[in-house]
Amino acid sequence: MKYLSEYRDQELVHELVNEIKHVVTQPWTIMEVCGGQTHSLVKNGILQMLPEQITMVHGPGCPVCVTPISIIDEAILLAQRPEVIVCSFGDMLRVPGSERSLLEAKALGADVRIVYSPLEAVRIAKENPSREVVFFAVGFETTAPANALSVIQANKLGVTNYSLLASHVLVPPAMEAILSDPETTVNAFLAAGHVCTIMGIDEYVPIAEKYKVPIVVTGFEPVDLLQGIYMAVRQLEAGIAKVENQYARVVMREGNLRAKDTIDQVFDVSDRDWRGIGTIPASGWEVSDRLSHYNARKKFKLQPMAGRENKSCIAGEIMKGKKKPMDCPLFGKACTPENPQGAPMVSSEGSCAAYYHFRNSPVVENFL
Amino acid sequence: MLLITTSATHLLLKIFCKLLVVNRLALQLNCPLPKLDFDVITLGHGSGGLLTHRLLNAGVFKILENPLLQEQHDGAMFNLSGQLAFSTDSYVISPIFFPGGNIGELAVHGSINDIAMCGAMPQYLSLAFIIEEGLTMEEFWEVLLGIKKASEAAGVPIVTGDTKVVERGKGDKIFINTSALGQVHPKAKISSSRIQVGDRILINAPIAQHGVAILSVRQGLEFETTVLSDTRPLHHVVKKLIEACGEEIHFLRDPTRGGVATVLNEVASQARVGVDLLQKTLPIDDPVEGACEMLGLDPLYVANEGVFIAIVSSAVSAKALTLLQSDFPAAAEIGKIVHDHPGQVILRSKIGGRRVVSMLPGEQLPRIC
Repeated sequence: MKYLSEYRDQELVHELVNEIKHVVTQPWTIMEVCGGQTHSLVKNGILQMLPEQITMVHGPGCPVCVTPISIIDEAILLAQRPEVIVCSFGDMLRVPGSERSLLEAKALGADVRIVYSPLEAVRIAKENPSREVVFFAVGFETTAPANALSVIQANKLGVTNYSLLASHVLVPPAMEAILSDPETTVNAFLAAGHVCTIMGIDEYVPIAEKYKVPIVVTGFEPVDLLQGIYMAVRQLEAGIAKVENQYARVVMREGNLRAKDTIDQVFDVSDRDWRGIGTIPASGWEVSDRLSHYNARKKFKLQPMAGRENKSCIAGEIMKGKKKPMDCPLFGKACTPENPQGAPMVSSEGSCAAYYHFRNSPVVENFL
Repeated sequence: MLLITTSATHLLLKIFCKLLVVNRLALQLNCPLPKLDFDVITLGHGSGGLLTHRLLNAGVFKILENPLLQEQHDGAMFNLSGQLAFSTDSYVISPIFFPGGNIGELAVHGSINDIAMCGAMPQYLSLAFIIEEGLTMEEFWEVLLGIKKASEAAGVPIVTGDTKVVERGKGDKIFINTSALGQVHPKAKISSSRIQVGDRILINAPIAQHGVAILSVRQGLEFETTVLSDTRPLHHVVKKLIEACGEEIHFLRDPTRGGVATVLNEVASQARVGVDLLQKTLPIDDPVEGACEMLGLDPLYVANEGVFIAIVSSAVSAKALTLLQSDFPAAAEIGKIVHDHPGQVILRSKIGGRRVVSMLPGEQLPRIC
């Protein structure tokens, strides 16, 4: 495929691996922020091509992993109301809530539908005027413009039976939360290319300066990731800590101004709970009070819920890179991909699921 | 003698209507929807009474014809000798019409292919409908024409069947069950216990076409694509393969639900061997790969309906591949059976990395980002 196969070129990949081996002299831990990057690292088998000095840590940029259990419980509570249709992206459906997942709620009769776009949810609302359609608006800065647009669109069409259950989170505050933890092992970041496509790269400059940590805005294909790792290692070895843009073919310094304007029209910055990490101030977006009738929490007068986590689950420490999945007492026993207790076991790129699939595998014993 | 029982409502499934053409357009011209005083299926059509008779007499029996049906008995009676293979499958696909076929064709091909994967030649099919009331006669007719087309092209007659109608909301337009019965080829010896280290894994055609074709028309997800379902019968090519290579064909399986990844995991765990899979040689068409990229799906887990995997001894792998390629130009050797990592499938990616290809814990769900 044009513009993809070029970034999956085997020769280029090997050249970059050799470059990394050439430049690295000591152990470094690099966190790839985004779940999409983790997915690509795992899918393409890149992790075990890297020299052993490089440890990649999967960051918190997996919306499935960081959505707090209380919000999943809210979504299930809404879905159980007979008048409500909950629309969601597919991979949120298997994430365990306190009692059950949305998929289990669906099996028990709740009207839960998988959509690929929030605009699809607006269409469902238009077609079902006697029902209330709630879109489970999960994700980072990447999904926010389309979710915001759905509210603008609903407003324009006069669709009033549509609302968002927002669980939007922001990358820079999460990176700061990880870096300000005294036990952090992260030496450098691969920032998420598509997040920066929307937001630009300026907000990462103060983080790189304050914590003396290299940040490389990186894409998702094998060549992108290896080039990003190479750029990060080169900075680390040279004692430099600045923001670099590997994904320059897509990311502009100022980001996408129209998308940012769309977000501003619909969302306000808010505090947000992160599953396994806790509350991070000003780390998310909530539907603005100006549009409160599109906010499912206000429309259905939802009371704050206290989600019930499995106390033995150490997902938070795993996501911060402080512990490995094998350190968890539930791993492979009470917690498996068929019966996940914590979110990193849910999606294939979650670090627990990745470890689970790779266990006892001699050919990949140096994985991660 | 074998006696295949059938329910009373299908006693009438035995009327003759000779058609000389098999393509769908010609079928529609030659077998137009008969004039009926109803245009939707109602509960009465499954009652076994007058409405059932009128539906079957005016429609079903005119389309599906063969000497065994003409007997008009409770079941079909026939002679078969030697080792037999018997298989059943139910089809609940939504939507029932999709690019490249419909639920009727799928139901015929599916059971034929299950028999073929046993190294057997399918001889007879049964056919049972569970129809949701409200299905239009036009839709039912189109499904029926699909069944006829598939059955005739494959040379496997439908000899017995059943029709039931359920209340609206208790089904999804139409569910179909088919069973197939066939004779195992005398030269065939297909079993997972015969898979050996060193065997080669062959595939006949590009993967993931059926699943992508279905997704492209599923409500809420419509996207433009030229991808057609690959639904087709596989028994003829399997017969050629067995006649040419005999017992050197160790194992056959069609990767329908769960795709190639699931079948190869079954192989690894049943035979306690390792499977090495080469992404570079895995055939996949560009539009299918593009759609999977866009939808966040791994084509290894996407369903196929006209694909099969043959695990053959290394001695005949080149010969078997050449034979496959004469019918299917994209046929390829995609991996081999190894001693290492028993129970696991390891994929060597296009860029030279390796990863475990595991069983899916449930349905493959599209990713957020």
